[in-house]
Amino acid sequence: MLPEAAAWLIIGLPLLAGVFSIAVLRPWRRSLWRYAGHVGIAGTGAAFVLSLIAVNGAMGNGDAGYEPHAWFAVGALGAQDGFEMTVGIFLDPLSAIMAAVVSGVSMVVQVFSLGYMRKESDDANGEWSDYPRYFTYMSLFTASMLGLVLAYNLIQLFVFWELVGLFSYLLIGFWYHRPAAAAAAKKAFIVTRIGDFGFMLGILYLFLNRGEFTALGLNPFEIPAILDAAPMLSAGVATWVALGLFAGAAGKSAQFPLHTWLPDAMEGPTPVSSLIHAATMVAAGVFLVARLFGLFEESAAAMNTVAIIGGFTAVFAAAMGLAANDIKRVLAFSTVSQLGYMFLALGVGAPGVAMFHLFNHAFFKCLLFLGAGSVHHSVHTFDMRYMGGIRRWMPITYLTTLVGGLSLAGIFPLAGFWSKDEILTTAWSGSHAANSGVSQLVFWLALAAAFMTAFYVFRLIIMAFHDDFRGGIDSVPHEERIPDEAHHHVHRHESPLVMKLPLLVLAVFAVGSGFVANSLVDLGPVPAHWFSHLLHEDAPKFNIAIALTSTLVAVAGIGLAVLVYGTRTVSFDGLGRLWRFVHRLLVQRFYMDALYEDLIVRRALYRGLFLVSDWFDRRIVDGVADLAGWLGRNSGRAIAQLQTGHIQVYGVGVSMGAAVILIFYLMQR
Amino acid sequence: MGITARDLFLIAPELALTVGATVVVLSGLVSRQRQLTLVLALLGLAVTFAFAIALWDNVHANGAQSAFNDSLIVDKFALYIKFLVAGTAALVLIASSEYAERFRPYGSEFTGLVLFSAAGLMLLAAAADLITIYVSLELATLPVVALAAFVRTRIAPIEAGVKYLLLSAVSSAFLLYGFAFLYGASGTMQVVGGSSGAPTIAQALGEGSPDVPFGGLAIMAGAILATAGFGFKLSMVPFQMWTPDVYEGAPTPVGAFLATASKAAAFAVVLRLFYEALGGSSADWSTLFAALAAITMTIGNLVAIVQSNVKRLLGYSAIAHAGYLLIGVAAVTAHGQETQDAAGISSVLFYLAGYAAMTLAAFFAVIVLTQRSGDERIEAMAGMGKRAPLAALALAVALLGLTGIPPTVGFMGKLFLFNAAVNSGLVWLAVVGAVNSVVSAYYYVGIIRTMYLREPAGDASPVAAAFSGRLTLWITVAAILVLGFWPGGLLEVARTAASGLVS
Repeated sequence: MLPEAAAWLIIGLPLLAGVFSIAVLRPWRRSLWRYAGHVGIAGTGAAFVLSLIAVNGAMGNGDAGYEPHAWFAVGALGAQDGFEMTVGIFLDPLSAIMAAVVSGVSMVVQVFSLGYMRKESDDANGEWSDYPRYFTYMSLFTASMLGLVLAYNLIQLFVFWELVGLFSYLLIGFWYHRPAAAAAAKKAFIVTRIGDFGFMLGILYLFLNRGEFTALGLNPFEIPAILDAAPMLSAGVATWVALGLFAGAAGKSAQFPLHTWLPDAMEGPTPVSSLIHAATMVAAGVFLVARLFGLFEESAAAMNTVAIIGGFTAVFAAAMGLAANDIKRVLAFSTVSQLGYMFLALGVGAPGVAMFHLFNHAFFKCLLFLGAGSVHHSVHTFDMRYMGGIRRWMPITYLTTLVGGLSLAGIFPLAGFWSKDEILTTAWSGSHAANSGVSQLVFWLALAAAFMTAFYVFRLIIMAFHDDFRGGIDSVPHEERIPDEAHHHVHRHESPLVMKLPLLVLAVFAVGSGFVANSLVDLGPVPAHWFSHLLHEDAPKFNIAIALTSTLVAVAGIGLAVLVYGTRTVSFDGLGRLWRFVHRLLVQRFYMDALYEDLIVRRALYRGLFLVSDWFDRRIVDGVADLAGWLGRNSGRAIAQLQTGHIQVYGVGVSMGAAVILIFYLMQR
Repeated sequence: MGITARDLFLIAPELALTVGATVVVLSGLVSRQRQLTLVLALLGLAVTFAFAIALWDNVHANGAQSAFNDSLIVDKFALYIKFLVAGTAALVLIASSEYAERFRPYGSEFTGLVLFSAAGLMLLAAAADLITIYVSLELATLPVVALAAFVRTRIAPIEAGVKYLLLSAVSSAFLLYGFAFLYGASGTMQVVGGSSGAPTIAQALGEGSPDVPFGGLAIMAGAILATAGFGFKLSMVPFQMWTPDVYEGAPTPVGAFLATASKAAAFAVVLRLFYEALGGSSADWSTLFAALAAITMTIGNLVAIVQSNVKRLLGYSAIAHAGYLLIGVAAVTAHGQETQDAAGISSVLFYLAGYAAMTLAAFFAVIVLTQRSGDERIEAMAGMGKRAPLAALALAVALLGLTGIPPTVGFMGKLFLFNAAVNSGLVWLAVVGAVNSVVSAYYYVGIIRTMYLREPAGDASPVAAAFSGRLTLWITVAAILVLGFWPGGLLEVARTAASGLVS
């Protein structure tokens, strides 16, 4: 078992690396800026090694229960109104696995960034000027994410949760001089904040009902205590707290109706999209629900909400992915859809399965994004309409992306197949679900999403890598180009080794992580269902009928994509107006962004509520404040008149004061 | 009864400090090196600290002990205040070592007087009968009169000294008059019981209420007159009028010492008197202190808004903070459960330490910021954010702390004080305190704005700070932030100290 200090170092080392880059390298050592990436990789890599040791320790003897440390206490402890704030590390198999995924993927992405950001910053001004800032954000993001994962206390978790949001904001807006990036960063921050408000309400509701915990001698904010107390809580408390937390999770994990920020977040550097908006941060919501699953389990309402939102989002987002032309946006919709899968799994009562899918998804989705980055490195555009035929000069990128795509589509025996199969099997059986009808419903939703997933990912692969080259950045109309990239040209070359290596490593995981980690049979050193057992859960029984069905559905999706975009034997154009209507609906993303931004924000809020609030603020609030200020200043001035400086006056003041008090008390008798 | 070695051990901190002060003054005959003076003074304070720590262990093992015929009581409550006073004195002396240059050739006398006054304050915290309280109070006050008037070449310090002398004489008269009533009513001087078994005021009043001359009237008059007397030291309205004049006129380090050490010891003795001697009496002291608290902080804050001199503003800020601290006293004197009393006392003790850190940081920063130009107007602080980054930062942190913004100790301290008030049923007082904190933000943040957002009017060259000044700024700022983040340790110590008084 890991000593506690080492567990803190999992958070501390990336933090140290980030602080070193920003506080030492950036101001003092210009000549060493190019090594900022190496500093970040060293810090994250060390955290990764420690996380692996933690996973190993968690395998042996279960939960590593470090005692939490008291931070501060308010009121009398144990009393109705007192509570103690604690901080600590909660290192159980779940958080150990998550920490290993976060630090591992982060390390690989930072290696990739060494090559990718080299070019991006070099082209900007011939220096390494973006390096320290970029790798500082990356390291601090990783530290925050690890802090979230290892938090012992819900408030501690919330602090890191917000820090993760902050660094996500900074990284999306990394190229802050591009208006689109700045707007996307703002949008991500604000939309997730709406969810976080729900999170906060959940925490407050927990606080208001802390009596139920103190009666049991538990601290209402300690995560293990919440899990212990969950069966004893009154139903309303469990439901409302769980729903509040789920609102936060839905914001962070971009679930309907808070999904709109994630596609826009692709304005950040591609490795950022890969790390944050595919593999780790967006998974924080899934992790949160899995972390507090014991609480969700106690509320059928919360479980059904999670399952239905997850299932709906899986289909809804996949549908939007069908029509997108930007390679990163397709992947972003895919991420939203896959996260929906994970919530669906949580909602039907299988947190271990959800974590298994998260685990696999982290690898293959990260791989796909890095592949997109690699392509961009060559053709300098993300628009698939201007790609095509790239496989000819980027064989490694092509093959690894193909592997990632097959894994995402859920083709046997790649990683994605195994976890998707477990999700479908669990939903079908409904044995852990709060409501078997809901479970059946989401099974069909998941199957539909599987079909769309296979279709859009092969549409992507065919449009980008097959067919003839359609000119890359050189064909993009000037008005559509990002100003920074206006001067770029296509270079037909494969990416450098530092970029290929992460692709290959991730490709190995995208193939093997599913089968090896949670195999049906013993595989030498890895026992059968290692992953499930590590999380103290039984894997659902393999169901050959469901496996065959889902594979057929996926193959059908791939086949349709090949027929439409590869051989062009099938075309939708014959479907006429209905098709055009659906297509426009998908391209416009179901008009959700328009609804939020134009209708709600611009019309209802700007012209309605905000105008009223503005008037109220100016006239009433400011008026009262001004009056108070005026009163304060003038009464101060008036009292200061007494302060004449004459000591006689002071003496009289003292005597009168004593006399007044005496008389007052005498009169009371 | 003679003096035993045990008695001497029990006042060893004060003895060490007195010896140290004497040595410092005598050293002035030999050498006028200010470094030597400082080293000797710090040595004396270090020995004082060592003895105080030894006593803490002793008290921890054997319980509170009385000395010198029960005239002194050494408990953790007294020792907590002693640590605070000695620590404050040390920081003030280090910070003023550069400033003391202008006292030449009387630097060693200045240092010696600070130490003498500190010894008086430490005795005051441990005083167990009325006479000892009075004598210690005078021992603490008289050196300050000389200190306030130390720069005799200017009129303002002399005015400050004279005002302090005359008004402290008036307040002493009130105090003694009050003590006379208390003695007359109870027949004893004893505030805290000791080994001799002489009855304490509380016991005397508890047993023989019918025998008390004039009934409870004499007790009431005594308590109120004593409050008036202590009110002078506490800067409590309406006995506060000297405060701004003296803070402005006296040398800045003296202001720092007055605002922190002197106030801490005065609060300690008020708590002891009203909790131990008058806690059982039927009169409602809580309402008195609550009303005084509300008036004191409101007047302090309102008048501070219109000030234009930084030191004078800090004087009004000290008045306002006396009001916040009185919230704790009101909570303690409210008739409640024992545990809540301990919480109230510990919140006052905690705030005294936090307030000392914040006020010292503010005064030390003002020492640095004004030392070259001597211009103490708030306007003169313009551009200091660039001209003296460390001192400006320290002043900003201190002022935010005094406002009560997290994560400073000021926030935590106010939280504990208001919490104590709410637990004692004084919700309205906590609300008044919170509103006052908002009002205070106006003038505190105003200074920060001037320092960082205004351009300097004339001279824009950097203002250098000596090593000693920088050191004390770092220490106090660190204390403000560290105690703000981790209040638990100090609060625990304060609780232990408070429980010494309660048991």
